[in-house]
Amino acid sequence: MDITTELEGNILIARLAGELDIDTVQAFREKVVPVSEEPGVKILLLNLSRVSFIDSTGIGAILGRYRFLEKKGGKVVLTGLKAQVKKIIKMAGMLEIMPEYSSEEKALNEIGEGRMA
Amino acid sequence: MGNHAHIRMLSRSNNVGLARLAAASFASELDFTLNELEEIKVAVSEAVTNCIIHAYPLEEGIIEIDLRIEGEELIIVVEDKGVGIEDLEAVLQPNYSTKEEHMGLGLAFIDSFMDRFQLSSEPGKGTVVKMYKIPEKLKNRQEELS
Repeated sequence: MDITTELEGNILIARLAGELDIDTVQAFREKVVPVSEEPGVKILLLNLSRVSFIDSTGIGAILGRYRFLEKKGGKVVLTGLKAQVKKIIKMAGMLEIMPEYSSEEKALNEIGEGRMA
Repeated sequence: MGNHAHIRMLSRSNNVGLARLAAASFASELDFTLNELEEIKVAVSEAVTNCIIHAYPLEEGIIEIDLRIEGEELIIVVEDKGVGIEDLEAVLQPNYSTKEEHMGLGLAFIDSFMDRFQLSSEPGKGTVVKMYKIPEKLKNRQEELS
């Protein structure tokens, strides 16, 4: 799994590419988890537009970040979900607790407007 | 129509991708849609992941995956010789999990994505998950005919 991260204010953008399962979740734990626990980070924006597969291990990793950020008043935002990935995420009930946008740009615009309001 | 394949692999996380791809490739002989093949991949991924995490928590073991086509039905059997499950009923409860990050979703996905599945286990001997799926198109045709 290929993961890049970028910090934009209090938003951590993580762009994932590949399959998120038990084999690749370690990369998520190494590259996303520590940065998301930095004090200034409130929102984790997960760009999953290049993720072609996810199973319960991947879901568990994302929910772990949700639990962590929610405790400090933050959230996880999802963008670019492919149909198959979206189905799994929806079945896990994640769309009820995490906002989802079609693109990273849309998510950033919405979050920006929310901040100003 | 009938076919059979068998995979014997170590319980290593980097073998999970191979297992699900092999299963989907084998299943594509039947008239499954791409969506259904993706569902099969998730089910196999969950079954094999369970072997790695739960059956062999301390050391590597062998996972056997039996792929079979009988008539128009796909039958996938994932078997380990690991620690086994003490309380099968508890495992089948929604959201049951012994690992914090695993959430107990694995069997729920298998249940949703396959037509039916059977779980059998013996503590100290191992666990067998048997999963069945018939292409949706075929089920619809059968319904139209009946």
